[in-house]
Amino acid sequence: MNDDNHGPELTFEDGGETPVAVLANPSLDAIVKLPKTIKSARRHMTNPTTTGESAAFSDQTRWMLAVRDQRDKVAFGLLFDHFAPRLKGFVIRSGAKPAQAEDIVQDVMLSVWRKAHLYDPARAQVSAWIYQIARNRNIDMARRNRPLPEALTAEEPEHEPDAGQVMALEQEADVLRAALDRLNPDQRDIIERAYLGELTHSDIAEVTGLPLGTIKSRIRLGLERLRHELKDLR
Amino acid sequence: MTATMTKDISHHISDAVMAAYATGSLSQAFSLVVATHISMCDDCRAALEAHEAAGGVVLEGLAGTALTGGLRARVMGALDEDAGEDRVERDVEARGFDVYPAPVAQALRGQGPRWRKLGGGVRQCILSADREGSARLLYIPAGRPVPEHTHGGLELTLVLQGGFSDKTGHFGVGDVEEADDDLEHVPTADKGEDCICLAATDAPLRFHAIVPRILQPFFAI
Repeated sequence: MNDDNHGPELTFEDGGETPVAVLANPSLDAIVKLPKTIKSARRHMTNPTTTGESAAFSDQTRWMLAVRDQRDKVAFGLLFDHFAPRLKGFVIRSGAKPAQAEDIVQDVMLSVWRKAHLYDPARAQVSAWIYQIARNRNIDMARRNRPLPEALTAEEPEHEPDAGQVMALEQEADVLRAALDRLNPDQRDIIERAYLGELTHSDIAEVTGLPLGTIKSRIRLGLERLRHELKDLR
Repeated sequence: MTATMTKDISHHISDAVMAAYATGSLSQAFSLVVATHISMCDDCRAALEAHEAAGGVVLEGLAGTALTGGLRARVMGALDEDAGEDRVERDVEARGFDVYPAPVAQALRGQGPRWRKLGGGVRQCILSADREGSARLLYIPAGRPVPEHTHGGLELTLVLQGGFSDKTGHFGVGDVEEADDDLEHVPTADKGEDCICLAATDAPLRFHAIVPRILQPFFAI
């Protein structure tokens, strides 16, 4: 990836083809390197609500906010390049036939675009938000209408994210990642298989305890956040 | 929010069942109970979101599988099309009514339960039944027992109105009892208020006394 692909070119968000074409088949290395150059470009192009404090957010969070708030197709393309190959791996491991897998990836990524107004960076990491969309889509393949909890509120998330909450969530994700990395390979494999939908209910019952130790602090954070949110609803 | 967001819930979804729900491996019937409990319980909603955060970390860590050409262009080209799919709105607009949080309201298709007599004043309304198990609403008059029964496997019972007690303790609104096949119990509704529960099993219930076993096929239980 060379720098010719960034800078002023990124201003043609409406139907601009260059970034799309350039990124059509990026290597994983390219994806990893991309964010830093985009970051500087985006600081100049996004509106004030997504600069300032949000400049410290992860690339994915800022891309997702740009999709949510500006319907930014370039940012969506970056999310696609990052998540679509992973989602394809996910749905294949969950049992989708390879021929179906890309249709599911397409559905999930289009849901990301269409449901973007529901994305709340103070509530979920982009990866967690996309994970639950993909999981629900996977399950709906097998059985119609998976029961989902009642939404907390019909309101859309605050336009201005609570920067402290967003940063806390991102740090929690780092903690989770580090905890997973510390597991021995067999344990890690089981956790992966569980979250990718490869284990049955009874399999999971046998391995419970492995993932739960690593998510306790995340639960505490989630409770804090929920109480903060619910305070305004009651 | 229909459900009273109960602060007094003391019986929650177990770690194993929550992990199974979060990862999508739980049956339809149990998923209904878990989704309904989460609708009423902040602690368990936080636990679900924590699992989703872990799922996101796992997704993030995947090496990824190469896409065939054209997928990206197809998706980018579809961005301006209308959504056209009701699934997009489903989890946003769902709302409960009466004592029924959104997941139950959806299973009831927005209409009040059609109760069927089960004996002893107890009534039920089957919400779903498939090879993996069944979910039903149970209506137990105040002070009355549910017929003594054991289960072939796991049974989850969530209180939506009133409360009940059995030998393991007391269960009020929002509480969920997780009973395995070792538990032979006689849940008895609290005096003073009729009890409504959402119950799910992964095997047919076996009633001992009031409903003869031979009648079970007719009750679809």
